[in-house]
Amino acid sequence: MVAERKIETIEKASSMNMMDQTRGLNYEENLLWEKAPGDHPGVDLPAPQNSTLRTGLAARSTVGLPQVSEPQVLRHFVRLSTKNYSIDHGFFPLGSCTMKHNPRLNEKVARMPGFAHIHPLQPESTVQGALRVMYELQNILGELTNLRGVCLTPAAGAHGELAGLMTIRRAHELNGQGHRKVILVPDSAHGTNPATAAMCDYTIRVIPTKDGGRVTVEAFKEALYANGGDGKDVAGMMVTNPNTCGLFEREIIECADLLHKAGGYFYCDGANFNALVGKIRPGDFGVDVMHINLHKTFSTPHGGGGPGSGPICVNESLRAYLPSPVVVQDKDGSYHLEGVDERPTSMGRLKGFQGQFGMHLRALAYILSHGADGLKQVSEDAVLNANYILSQLKEDFYVPFAGPCMHECLLTDKLQKDVGVTTLDIAKTLIEHGMHPMTVFFPLVVSGAMLIEPTETESKESIDRFITVMKAVAADVKSGDTAKFHDFPLSAPRRRLDETKAAREPVLRWKA
Amino acid sequence: MRYLPQTQKSRAEMLAAIGVASVDDLYRDVPKSAFIQGYARIDNHKGELEVERILGAYANENQPAGEGPFFLGAGCYNHHVPASVDYIIQRSEFLTAYTPYQPEIAQGTLQVIFEFQTMIAVLTGQDIANASMYDGATAAAEAALMAMRVTKRDKVVVGNALHPHYRETLATYIGNQSGAVLTEGQPDPQTACVIIQTPDFTGTPHALAEWRKLCDETGALLVVVVNEIVSLGLLPAPVEADIVCGEAQSVGVAMSYGGPHLGFFATKEKFLRQMPGRLCGMTLDADGKRGFVLTLNTREQHIRREKATSNICTNQGLMALAFTVHMALLGEGGFKQLARLNHEAAILLADSLAKVPGVKVINKCFFNEFVVELPKSAASVVRELAQQGVIAGYPFEDNRLLVCATEMTTDTDIGIFCEALREVL
Repeated sequence: MVAERKIETIEKASSMNMMDQTRGLNYEENLLWEKAPGDHPGVDLPAPQNSTLRTGLAARSTVGLPQVSEPQVLRHFVRLSTKNYSIDHGFFPLGSCTMKHNPRLNEKVARMPGFAHIHPLQPESTVQGALRVMYELQNILGELTNLRGVCLTPAAGAHGELAGLMTIRRAHELNGQGHRKVILVPDSAHGTNPATAAMCDYTIRVIPTKDGGRVTVEAFKEALYANGGDGKDVAGMMVTNPNTCGLFEREIIECADLLHKAGGYFYCDGANFNALVGKIRPGDFGVDVMHINLHKTFSTPHGGGGPGSGPICVNESLRAYLPSPVVVQDKDGSYHLEGVDERPTSMGRLKGFQGQFGMHLRALAYILSHGADGLKQVSEDAVLNANYILSQLKEDFYVPFAGPCMHECLLTDKLQKDVGVTTLDIAKTLIEHGMHPMTVFFPLVVSGAMLIEPTETESKESIDRFITVMKAVAADVKSGDTAKFHDFPLSAPRRRLDETKAAREPVLRWKA
Repeated sequence: MRYLPQTQKSRAEMLAAIGVASVDDLYRDVPKSAFIQGYARIDNHKGELEVERILGAYANENQPAGEGPFFLGAGCYNHHVPASVDYIIQRSEFLTAYTPYQPEIAQGTLQVIFEFQTMIAVLTGQDIANASMYDGATAAAEAALMAMRVTKRDKVVVGNALHPHYRETLATYIGNQSGAVLTEGQPDPQTACVIIQTPDFTGTPHALAEWRKLCDETGALLVVVVNEIVSLGLLPAPVEADIVCGEAQSVGVAMSYGGPHLGFFATKEKFLRQMPGRLCGMTLDADGKRGFVLTLNTREQHIRREKATSNICTNQGLMALAFTVHMALLGEGGFKQLARLNHEAAILLADSLAKVPGVKVINKCFFNEFVVELPKSAASVVRELAQQGVIAGYPFEDNRLLVCATEMTTDTDIGIFCEALREVL
């Protein structure tokens, strides 16, 4: 049987008739270019009537695209879709990513012609409804964070980080503090934090958190006053709170006070806002600027890797330096996009147009649906679910930092690794059991991290099933039944893939 | 509360299992001063019908393309999207999946990215392309930063009429690098790259051979920006470029008041390891079956942290899917035909506007948009026509108007536009 023949090269695997390996409902699907080209494409367009050209250049003769009919295109993508796991399939406890339910109402709203088919440069009189959506979302995000200056432009979390740090930088520059070049970042931070600081030409100074999983005032002081300094070289700090170990930073207010006294700003990475929304305002624990991932906390779909949306919220001290444009309400009640030329102290434009408007709409639909009472329940259920998992698994897996946790809990493979079952094996075992793994090997402050974020949109039943599978893994490892773990997954569309080969012999596009 | 499956009973059971009396006990690490009791301006929860009514009313306050003649382009284009595209991108398996970090259960997304990368590489005449960027403006900014890394130089030259928002975005990104310079003109031996938009902001397509020569003489990279990707079905592939980047919203993606759109980024193989963004590569699984993974991530922020080529993480995955589905439907023949239809519509528009007294067509050459000069303020003309339901174009430099025609533009639309112009001029 073809499927059982071990193939060593991509060329051989590609030249086989892949479609012959389809079994039952498990479809194999080749590339568009590997299909026999049809006489006509999957669209019927009117024939051009005019052969003259006014481009000033020769017409292109070939592009190199495939050509197949509409049913072939539909079948191609539907078959490919069946190879994906999604939040609508089941449990998706990917720590730090907040894979919650994506309401379809949001999709319906974003597709209303009055929203989907308007152009970002239309006269403002013709897009007042869209501007109102943005204005209301700005106000609500300002209220939820108690950081009342809001710019919706950033396209994703990392873009929001860039916006936030550049807002800080701009403020320092215009206030004679341009010499400040250091950003304090805990070692548990997302990789985007140091990468963003580097993009802003800042130097990173690391705050160690390995001992307790939290930033302590002591460690913070050491970083702030490093080399006998007075902290006046520090532009700001970037802290995720709750942090990436799933813990609330208990001493954050003291740290923020010290930072503020030294003249620095506190940037909060809002990736974990789902633990706080509707209940706790970051502006009330010392934060000066924060980005919000609409695709995490506010339910806009991840889409297999975007689009995201990363609005930033700042307090009054930073409002004047926000990126442009922002939406303002004029005296006559009409809404207006205030651009770079109207905001001389702004850090500037970040993106072609005013942001991922479709995501702004979805987030607003979600917030209106939940309301203040619902959002409070969101964070409480998210925190409850994570603590429930922690309480049920703490005997079976190593817990590096004692709870309670916030909306995600951190375990490691310390109890399993010695007999050769690692976090990777555990992740792949979850796949075999029809679940998406947790976030693995992050944060970096512990070895073999498993960061589990159930979110509030899971029932106790689905969480219990995850707990059962995890307990079974731990029990099997304990009884010495470990060999099978290295082979998982067996039932997914693919077994483990050779990532080394992919990196050493990169094949990044189809070629004839 | 319809999105919350927990019940009072399940919550109580879980609290008991944890061993705490209330959920607030779980928040004991949070300082008391940070809790809020309520929000002044946020109501309590609402049903689906109510939310739909509220936002539907806002939608009705806008004047979308399709309600009247529409001639606005300038980096965002009104094109037809086949019904199949939206059906595919709304499938749960694509819509609600995460970034494909677990490739065994993400082959659908990964193969789509591989096909997207191939399509972009083929369209731009480059060797390789990444999995997408936020939009055209940020793609151009990332291209400039990459050129600075490759050449170890810090001067970025804008060679022709670049979209003003792209220029502003570049200034923001470049301004972060100490010593970096952004200027207009021609490359010199200190130049990291020269940026050429084609068709440029005023709609004129550009030949690249001369720019290639200047770059070879100075050691600068040639960055070509394309923000109307449909033009690549009629204009020559920019093979001379070292980096081709821009905006692909035109294929498969709604205008949506400015986003989400679809940035793309393609380059030569020799620059592979300096490229920003995610890349998908082909490999084999443990059974020897062909499969796909995200690869070369040692360039990326989650591995390299402050030494990464970019901080980009989440990109425009679902829009890349929309593009790939639409492009698969168009195919080789349909894509070239679509480009022709756009050009043909623009020729008809130009010839019709030229007959309106006082209107002068400035461009000799164009693809699907061009500039006309009016005898009065273009901004006021745009406002006046908007009141009559005509979205006339992008006004700039007092009396200039950038106008665009696509396959959506009908002869009737052009007739109404010309008539309305005659009345206001």
